[in-house]
Amino acid sequence: MSLRIVVTVKYVPDATGDRHFAEDLTVDRDDVDGLLSELDEYAVEQALQIAAEADDAEITVLTVGPEDAKDALRKALSMGADKAVHVEDDDLHGTDAIGTSLVLAKAIEKAGYDLVVSGMASTDGTMGVLPALVAERLGVPQVTLLSEVSVADGVVKGRRDGDSASEQLEASLPAVVSVTDQSGEARYPSFKGIMAAKKKPVESWDLSDLRIEADEVGLAGSWTAVDSAAERPARTAGTIVKDEGEGGKQLAGFLAEHKFV
Amino acid sequence: MAEVLVYVDHVDGAVRKPTLELLTLARRIGEPVAVALGNGAADTAATLAEHGAVKVLTDDASEYADYLVVPKVDALQAAYEAVSPAAVLVPSSAEAKEIAARLALRIGAGVITDAVDIEAGDSGPVATQSVFAASYTTRTRVSKGTPVITVKPNSAAVEAAPAAGAVEALSVTFSAQATGTKVTGRTPRESTGRPELTEAAIVVSGGRGVNGAENFSVIEALADSLGAAVGASRAAVDAGWYPHTNQVGQTGKSVSPQLYIASGISGAIQHRAGMQTSKTIVAVNKDAEAPIFDLVDYGVVGDLFEVVPQLTEEIRTRKG
Ligand SMILES: Cc1cc2nc3c(=O)[nH]c(=O)nc-3n(C[C@H](O)[C@H](O)[C@H](O)COP(=O)(O)OP(=O)(O)OC[C@H]3O[C@@H](n4cnc5c(N)ncnc54)[C@H](O)[C@@H]3O)c2cc1C
Ligand SMILES: Cc1cc2nc3c(=O)[nH]c(=O)nc-3n(C[C@H](O)[C@H](O)[C@H](O)COP(=O)(O)OP(=O)(O)OC[C@H]3O[C@@H](n4cnc5c(N)ncnc54)[C@H](O)[C@@H]3O)c2cc1C
Repeated sequence: MSLRIVVTVKYVPDATGDRHFAEDLTVDRDDVDGLLSELDEYAVEQALQIAAEADDAEITVLTVGPEDAKDALRKALSMGADKAVHVEDDDLHGTDAIGTSLVLAKAIEKAGYDLVVSGMASTDGTMGVLPALVAERLGVPQVTLLSEVSVADGVVKGRRDGDSASEQLEASLPAVVSVTDQSGEARYPSFKGIMAAKKKPVESWDLSDLRIEADEVGLAGSWTAVDSAAERPARTAGTIVKDEGEGGKQLAGFLAEHKFV
Repeated sequence: MAEVLVYVDHVDGAVRKPTLELLTLARRIGEPVAVALGNGAADTAATLAEHGAVKVLTDDASEYADYLVVPKVDALQAAYEAVSPAAVLVPSSAEAKEIAARLALRIGAGVITDAVDIEAGDSGPVATQSVFAASYTTRTRVSKGTPVITVKPNSAAVEAAPAAGAVEALSVTFSAQATGTKVTGRTPRESTGRPELTEAAIVVSGGRGVNGAENFSVIEALADSLGAAVGASRAAVDAGWYPHTNQVGQTGKSVSPQLYIASGISGAIQHRAGMQTSKTIVAVNKDAEAPIFDLVDYGVVGDLFEVVPQLTEEIRTRKG
C-alpha cells in the first residue's frame, strides 16, 4: 500500500539579508533574496527517511506563494521529493495564518495524503501554528514539534520535547506532523538530484482550482491587520574595552553601576 | 466591564510567571477570567486571584495529560462560549500557540502570536510584535472575531491586584478529535535549581567559544553569582555541551531579560532573534569583529577563560 506524503514548504526572504516591509505592510520580496525556509529542509529530510522505510511511498512538496516560490520547490525536489504543487494566485497576496491554513488544507486534500510533514515554524512569520491549523481543518491528529519521528503500520510515533517534559506521542494516519531542527541534519542535494529535479513535475493551482473565493484570502480576507511597522532604532554604540588583565573587573564595575550587582 | 479570558500555564498547580504577566495585561482591556486545566487546576486559584482574576474556570479531566493539545482547545472553546469575552490571551509557549490558533479558527477569529505588549485601542486591543529577529516593531489588530493573542514572557511587569478569583467548574464536552494523538510516555525535566530561562531577570549564555561541556562550569559559576539562568548557542548545543532546552535563539527559547551576558558567542542572526530584545546586553569575545559587539551596551574583547572567572570573583567579592 502506497504512503502518500505531502510536505509543506515555505518560500521566505533570506534571514541574513536586510528584510523589510513593503508599503502595504506585507513582506517586501522585491529587494531581498528568497529561499526555502531552512526549517522546512528538516521536514523534507524526515519525509525522505519515512519514505525510505515504507514499501512504497510518494512525496509531494507543496508551497503557497508567489512565482519565485518555485525555487523552494526545486530545492525540495533536488533533495529527493517526487513531485511538487505550487499554489499561486495574485489574490493570495497578504494572506494571514488562518487564510494560509485554508489554502494549504484544500491543496493537501486535492493532492491526496496519508501524512503531512511540516516545519516547526517559518523563518519569517515564525508563528509555528500552521501545522496545528491544518490538522484542525483536515480533522486529523496533529503530532507536532517532533525531534524524532517514525511511521510504521499506519501509525506515526514521535518525541516532543516541551518546556516541562519530554513526551512520547502516537497517532493513526492520516495525520499532520511537524519536525524541529533537532530531528536530524538535512541532506544536501547531489548534482544528480539537481539534474533530476529539472524533470520532475510541478503542478500550478490557483484559487479556482481549490474552490476558494478571493475574499477568503489575501489582505482583504485577512482576519488580522497590521497598522504600522517601524524599523527598530539602531542600538546606541556601547562601550567596548580590550582585556588587558582587568577586563573582568571593569565589566563588574559596569554591572554594579547598573545595579545588577 | 468586558471579560478577558486568560489561559493559565501551570505545572501541577504552580502558576508560571508569564501567566501573571498576562493577567496584568488583561486588566488593561477588561476583567480577567482565568482558565486552568489539568492536574492541580484548582490549586492555581489563590495566586490568580492575587493577580486580578475575578473568576477561575477549572477542569482537571485526565484527557489533558493523556492526549495532545486538542482537549485543551475544546476546554478553552467551552470557556469562550460560557463567557463571551472581549479577547483571549494565551502565553507564547509552543503548545499554547497551537491551542490559541486552533481556538481562533473555531471561533472565526484572527490570531496574533508573540505579542510583546497589548493596549486597548478604539477598535479592540492593539498588539505590539517584535519581528524579523527584532529588527522591526509592528502594531497589529485582529479585524474579525474575538482577538486571540499570544504574549511572550517578560512583556509586562507583574502587578498584584487582589480580586475575587472565585473557582467555578468548567463543563467540557470533548470533540471527536480530542483523543487523536495519544501521549504514551512523559519524562519530566529535571530541575537545575536555577531560574527558568524564559522568565529569568538575568541570563548568562555560552557558545562555541566555551569549547567543551566541562568548561560550561565557568558559565554556570558566573550565572550562580548573579542568580541567573544559563543559556547556550546552537553551536554549543549541537556539540552536545549543553541541553537543547537551554538553547537561546530562533529554534530555541526567546529571552528578554534585564541583562543578557554572551560569552564565546559570535551573534549570528538566528541567535540574535532570541535575545535582541534584552534590556542590557553584555558580551565577552576574543574577536573584536564579532557581530555580537554591534548589539552590546558593554563588551570586553578578550579570552572568556580570563575575563569570566575574574568577573565572577569580583561579583562574589562585591556581594560579600
Ligand atoms: C513578521 C510577520 C508576522 C506575522 N504575524 C502574523 C500574525 O500575528 N497573525 C497572522 O495571522 N499572520 C501573521 N503573519 C502572516 C503569516 O506569517 C503567514 O500567513 C504565513 O504564511 C503563515 O505563518 P508562518 O509563516 O508564521 O508559518 P508557521 O506557522 O511558522 O509555519 C509552520 C510550517 O507551516 C508550513 N507553511 C507555512 N506557510 C506556508 C506556505 N505559505 N506554504 C507552504 N507551507 C507553509 C511550513 O511547513 C512551515 O514550516 C505574519 C507574517 C510575518 C512576515
Ligand atoms: C534555521 C536555523 C536556526 C538556527 N537557530 C539557532 C538558535 O536558535 N540559536 C543559535 O544560537 N543559533 C541558531 N542557529 C545557528 C547560528 O546560525 C550560528 O551558527 C550559531 O548561533 C553560532 O553559535 P556560536 O556563536 O556559539 O558559534 P560561532 O559562530 O562559532 O562563534 C563562536 C565565537 O566564540 C568566540 N570565541 C572562541 N574562543 C573564545 C574564547 N576563548 N574567549 C572568547 N571568545 C571566544 C569566537 O571569536 C566566535 O565569535 C540557527 C541556524 C539556522 C540555519
